[in-house]
Amino acid sequence: MEKTLDTFKVGEKGIIVAVNGEGVTRRRLFDMGVTPGASVFLRKKAPLGDPIEVTIRNYELTLRKSEAKNVVMKVEGE
Amino acid sequence: MIKVALAGNPNCGKTTLFNGLTGSTAHVGNWPGVTVDKKEGVYKKGSEPIDIVDLPGIYSLSPYTPEEVISRNFIIDEKPDCVINLVDATNLERNLYLTTQILEMDVPVVVALNMMDVLDKNKDKIDVELLSKNLGVPVVPISALKEDNLKQLMEVVTQYAKTPRKGSSILINTSVGPIIKKVKESLDKNGLDNSLFHAVKLVEEDSIEKNNHPREYQLVVEAKGDIKDSVFGNDFEAIIADNRYKYIQNHYSIALTKHKEANIDEKTGKKKRFANETKSDRIDRVLTNRFLGLIIFVVILFFIFHFTFGEDLFYLNAMGVFGDSEYAIAAGTPWEGIIFAGGTGIQSPGVFLQTCLVGFTDWITELVGTGMSSAGASNWAQALVCDGLLAGVFSVLSFLPQILLLFLFFSILEDTGYMARVAFILDRIFRRFGVSGRAFMPMIMGFGCSVPAMTNTRTLATEKERIATIRVIPFFSCSAKLPILTACAGAIITMFNVSNADIITLGMYFTGIVVAIIAILVMRNTTLRGETPPFIMELPAYHWPKFSSLMLHVWDKCKHFIKKAFTIILVSNIIIWFLQSFTPDWQYIEYADGEFLGSFTTDDSILAQIGKVIQPLFTPLGFGSQLGQFGWVFAVGAITGLIAKENVIATFGMLGAALSAAGAVDPSTLPSTIASIEGASDVGLMVAATGINVPGILAFIVFNMTTIPCFAAVATAKAELKKGTLKGTLLFWIVTSYIASSIFYIVGTWWWTVFIYLGIAILAIVLIYLINKKKDQNAKILKA
Repeated sequence: MEKTLDTFKVGEKGIIVAVNGEGVTRRRLFDMGVTPGASVFLRKKAPLGDPIEVTIRNYELTLRKSEAKNVVMKVEGE
Repeated sequence: MIKVALAGNPNCGKTTLFNGLTGSTAHVGNWPGVTVDKKEGVYKKGSEPIDIVDLPGIYSLSPYTPEEVISRNFIIDEKPDCVINLVDATNLERNLYLTTQILEMDVPVVVALNMMDVLDKNKDKIDVELLSKNLGVPVVPISALKEDNLKQLMEVVTQYAKTPRKGSSILINTSVGPIIKKVKESLDKNGLDNSLFHAVKLVEEDSIEKNNHPREYQLVVEAKGDIKDSVFGNDFEAIIADNRYKYIQNHYSIALTKHKEANIDEKTGKKKRFANETKSDRIDRVLTNRFLGLIIFVVILFFIFHFTFGEDLFYLNAMGVFGDSEYAIAAGTPWEGIIFAGGTGIQSPGVFLQTCLVGFTDWITELVGTGMSSAGASNWAQALVCDGLLAGVFSVLSFLPQILLLFLFFSILEDTGYMARVAFILDRIFRRFGVSGRAFMPMIMGFGCSVPAMTNTRTLATEKERIATIRVIPFFSCSAKLPILTACAGAIITMFNVSNADIITLGMYFTGIVVAIIAILVMRNTTLRGETPPFIMELPAYHWPKFSSLMLHVWDKCKHFIKKAFTIILVSNIIIWFLQSFTPDWQYIEYADGEFLGSFTTDDSILAQIGKVIQPLFTPLGFGSQLGQFGWVFAVGAITGLIAKENVIATFGMLGAALSAAGAVDPSTLPSTIASIEGASDVGLMVAATGINVPGILAFIVFNMTTIPCFAAVATAKAELKKGTLKGTLLFWIVTSYIASSIFYIVGTWWWTVFIYLGIAILAIVLIYLINKKKDQNAKILKA
């Protein structure tokens, strides 16, 4: 099943299928290692539910839900 | 001398390595045109001295942030003899992403593999030789923190810096390889250096390169039709980023062997409860906890402020431990008043240091005064040196201990990695106002002192966000503005028999915050309009900061402050002193120990004349022409407040003496309760002499809180803001304070005017909305 990263629950894992969006945000995502094929683990959400914290390429990355919306994921184990 | 640039990701230990290599030779400046620290130093322990430039921490060489542009321009234009690329061995993949880009430049590169000590501790292994072979450049394993292998690193650098190197790219064998080659050949014909780097960036559709080489970019546009990647089509930017990471995984990451049994408990042989959990994760589970996170943050903040500004560190006074007698256990000893504050509590380190410093500077002033008078100097010369020169500089310097402590705490929070978590916790709230969670810390520091607060806006991502934040920082009422608040509130409650002083004080603090929020919202929708900057950032692992690095950092910041105190602030102080101490026909106004000695008083000074001229300007704010003959005192108070805000009440003290001497007011008519509140009787005299009403006094407080801050803060803002934006910022402060305090006065006096203000506000909101909508439409049409 494919869904965007902002809809992930804490503890969910998946593989990046595509990165949408444009300009600075998209480039920044690429530069931080958010590229297709990388596996992502949703570690936690901020106390107010947004932004989110994920583990990618062996480090912790934080991004807003509005930015995570651009990241299309394939949920692991399905 | 060999010139070397140090490049690497943020949080990879670059500052530690730089400090370890250069030691005391380091000095900090600014990169031209931007407020990004430029650190330079010399390594002297090798066979020849090596000049080292620390480039800003970056993840990529994209054209989007000033840090990235600085770094690529430095390597291209300044042509260092070698680039040391520092790579965090515990985070190879993302760190090597930058390496693949640096390798495309025509410059010798040495990769320094940092954090080898942590890697050893985790029992992970890296095949350094394999990595070096695949990268094609020397790799030296080091530990910047333990200063392991630094000598060897610099030996390799010295040797390697002399062999020229041509850039190489891992992208040559990918689907975009042919077009990169084609563009490179075309650039080579023009004899351009770093042609491979430029070619790759052009294919990446880099905005800087597109402008510089429009002809070669045509080649890229043409190639778009021919090249089709199976996944990304002709999206070159995506193809390149993807290929870099794929190549890293296939060729470099294989050099790393992870210790297999990391998740197994050594004693029981069972799998650990929180598999893969590091120490950092455990700390994080508490500090960014869904329920505890915000509370812990507030507690940490409280302790920082209490430690810096508290006059009753352990609440001994509040609990009445020493009874009522002042300085109960220190009476008669030299500690009286230094360790023990006004009552019987123990002072915080911040206040303690400040008391010591003030004691010392007072002593110097006295010494100079006595020295000058015994040498036969005239009274005015003595006053110029003591009251104008020394008093001015020392009053600014008296904040140094607290500024230093605030810097120190802020640096600790930043270096440990907690600051990134604060941004993480608070981003949701701040995004609504058009700034990221990172803007919170500088703002809250404004309650202490605007100077360190403004300097620490450097962590903000975009220029517009920084300008907006720097502008509203003074609205978070600093510790020097507190005396204005308490004195005015004291005068109000005793002379007008109105509500509780605490409510007035708190209300004024709250007003400052509201003004800041409204101002940010307005700016982010009008003059500083722009998208909310992306919030895609690394949460670095927690670690203890290195003591020497902390001290270096704090010392650098304080050095700047001291420099400013002795230059721009000194000159401004002398000018104000002159205006205050001389009559328009250059007669000196003698004043000592609260009394005027000659026939002139402050009422006759140039400053008073200026006050009388500008008095009508303050009429809409309630402290202008409607106050009659002596109404100018508030204008003068506002002017002297520009030096430092505690001057406002001190000026009222002087003016009170002047007015009493002139018979304009009789101190004995003030209510007797007023004497118990510090400074309140000074304000009380002003109230009695002018007949100002309560809304007028409140408007005066608001004006001082939101107008141009003290000279020290203005000087800091000038240094931190982009060239040419200071004028706009000064205007912004004047306009904001004028609007905010006029609302207080006019609505407070004629309550129904609130509807007029509401009407104007709604009209403004609708107008801003419509204009922005129109702008967006135009932008869309342009794009299409």
